[in-house]
Amino acid sequence: MKYVIQIVGVGGQGVLLASMVLGNAAMNAGHNVAMSEVHGMAQRGGSVLSTLRIGDDIISPLASEGEADMILGFEPAETCRNLTLGNKDSVIVMNMDPIYPSTVTAGLAQYPEVNDILSAMSKVTDRIMTIEATSIAEKAGKAVAANAVMIGAAAAAKGFPLSKDAVKRSLLGSVPEKFRDLNEKAFDMGYDAMKK
Amino acid sequence: MASNNNGKELLLGNDAITRGVIEAGVAFASTYPGTPSSEIGNNLERIGEKYGIFFEFSANEKVAMEAASAAAMSGVRSFVFMKHVGMNVAADPMMTLAYGGVRGGMVILTADDPTAHSSQNEQDNRMYAKLSLLPMLEPSTPAEAKEMVKAGFDISEQLTLPVILRTTTRVNHARGIVDIGDVRDTKKKSTFVRDIKRFVNIPANARTNRIRLLDLNKKAAELSGSSELNFIEGSGKVGVITSGVPYTYVKEMLKGVSIFKLGFTNPLPEKRIAEFMKDKEKVIVVEELEPFLEDQVLRIAKENDISAKIYGKRSGHLPMAFEYSPDTMRLLSIITNAEGTKVPLSKPDIVLPARPPTLCAGCPHRGIFHAIRKAVGKRPVIYSSDIGCYSLGAQPPFMMADMILCMGGGIGAAGGFCEATDQKVVAISGDSTFFHGGITPLVSALFNGHKFTAVILDNRTTAMTGHQPHPGTGRDHGKRTTEAIDIAAVVKGIGVKFVETVDPYDIEASVSAMTRAIEYDGLSVVIAKQACPLELKRKKLLDPKVCEIDQDACRRCSICISSIACPALMKKDGIVSIDRTQCIGCMMCACVCPAGCIRVIQ
Repeated sequence: MKYVIQIVGVGGQGVLLASMVLGNAAMNAGHNVAMSEVHGMAQRGGSVLSTLRIGDDIISPLASEGEADMILGFEPAETCRNLTLGNKDSVIVMNMDPIYPSTVTAGLAQYPEVNDILSAMSKVTDRIMTIEATSIAEKAGKAVAANAVMIGAAAAAKGFPLSKDAVKRSLLGSVPEKFRDLNEKAFDMGYDAMKK
Repeated sequence: MASNNNGKELLLGNDAITRGVIEAGVAFASTYPGTPSSEIGNNLERIGEKYGIFFEFSANEKVAMEAASAAAMSGVRSFVFMKHVGMNVAADPMMTLAYGGVRGGMVILTADDPTAHSSQNEQDNRMYAKLSLLPMLEPSTPAEAKEMVKAGFDISEQLTLPVILRTTTRVNHARGIVDIGDVRDTKKKSTFVRDIKRFVNIPANARTNRIRLLDLNKKAAELSGSSELNFIEGSGKVGVITSGVPYTYVKEMLKGVSIFKLGFTNPLPEKRIAEFMKDKEKVIVVEELEPFLEDQVLRIAKENDISAKIYGKRSGHLPMAFEYSPDTMRLLSIITNAEGTKVPLSKPDIVLPARPPTLCAGCPHRGIFHAIRKAVGKRPVIYSSDIGCYSLGAQPPFMMADMILCMGGGIGAAGGFCEATDQKVVAISGDSTFFHGGITPLVSALFNGHKFTAVILDNRTTAMTGHQPHPGTGRDHGKRTTEAIDIAAVVKGIGVKFVETVDPYDIEASVSAMTRAIEYDGLSVVIAKQACPLELKRKKLLDPKVCEIDQDACRRCSICISSIACPALMKKDGIVSIDRTQCIGCMMCACVCPAGCIRVIQ
């Protein structure tokens, strides 16, 4: 067994937390795990990429281009930018809520319509699953639970190697007691949204 | 990582290294923060005391090296760690430390940054092992990093020499499964016993110690020759010699080859390398950056009449620049079988906005940058900048870095700029940077009569590396609390006549202080003092405030954006609004608004 997940987004979205949750779930399920992540300067509002490789003979912390079985995209432009990490069989889970870079908010660059991003991506692959993680998280109780929604969505994807329970247990083990209910609800809603 | 059970944990490389330091029974640890090594210091600050480790954030890497050296000369185990460029600063004491050596084990960690993800260069610090004749270990994974910390201490005590542990970003910031082991019981205090011949390197003793070091280097070669950290996997006519993270790419991607994985990389196990190459048709050396192994392998082959053809950087097959990845192994497909990889999706046909790292919303650096620009006006100017978050001021709209070299280098270089040109020179430094390497150049500038303006951006923390304390903040660490050292008092104490401190959130006062400083005929220093909002958020000290724009009064001039360029200001169809999720109500934009239409609510 080998399964490679590339988690992409923007600093502060919880990309590293999501990769830890999935990584711990994989370890607890008895798999070997190798991961790499971005720290330091890039975190100041920049793009963030976390690589998670699960399998028996895994040792490299980096994946080759096109190797990803799943791209878990926390932000549309970042998902689109990193699409070449996947191949024709990769599952792309994409949150549709954009975060505008400072170049865009300052009026120096344009952020395309999210649907235009989606249609450009759709010309390259037909395996995109979209999710409105922020609005689902708001329904679950709070917008900050969007990453729990994304983790739930990942667990629901076809071919995902870890069980729903294992991932949920790992998530709930990583959040403070008082946020467990919120995260559990958000996780379930993300999972159900993807199963529909 | 702090758990005492003998279980498994999924750890960041830097967490695994911290655990290794704990298990090895280290008594003294020191650092100056630098990516990719910073998390080790954050960990030790939090839990070091619990394990009896005295840990310090030294003012710079040189001090960290000196202090750790003394601890190990005294007989306890010491650990000093830094990013690669930090070793340049620490190299002076390290080179002579190698002569007299240590009594307690000492491990020196250099965290290299191939591809310069968070650095000003991608120098290969394995060269320092050759230069200093110190033994060196290179781990490939977090699990190995933890074990090599412990092995490093044992080797160090066997040889009475410090051991260099060389990691790279993809070890420090990789995660992997690590076995948590037992904590070794060691003495945390010792008595320094005088040994003038070893520890007082006046020329006569230095000459004796040079011979001592050369002898120990031979002994180190014997240890490397029999070390289990160097091992061979697989068999075949194609041999790969590799170390560090590239080993993981070789292991997964190159099939049907025999791999000589080197963990003890200085000195090299020369006999075993010669033996390994003897029956090979081809030998490939796979390593990042300099051909450190490769050049030695070429020499070993020559000395041992090895007929195998040797491939790598010198043959033009592998690059010298930037970190490797599994994809790099495809470059070797003409020599051996690189694992078949999947075809990547093509790039979607759409233009996406870039997302460069940027100063945060409400970052006080924005205010002082704007003030400097206003004060400089149309004068020809050189911005002699430095290492820190304010390096991001190099980007538009500020464009406030014409040169960046190293920590403290901005103030040092300013002296040269102002004597070699007739341009106005503004040096930019940070608070932690000032204490690290900025004081000496300021002394030198005053002494030599240089006339420039140094601006010290005092955001009350070492922000870029993750908010470590520094001499200007004081330290609250366990039972020991130290007072903050006042930057203005230091600068005045040196003898600088023009010293002003301003709040960069007060734009008007900042412009006026900067104008006086730039017009001053001499060496002037402005300290822009305002805490980093990220640090305040982390400590839950940030007042919940946001700004709001009165759209009826707004003149649509966008001066707020062109002056402060805060990411909380959003411009769409010519209308500026404020992103309440990002705004911290600092009022810098309100200060520059000519219509006075921005106010704080809440």
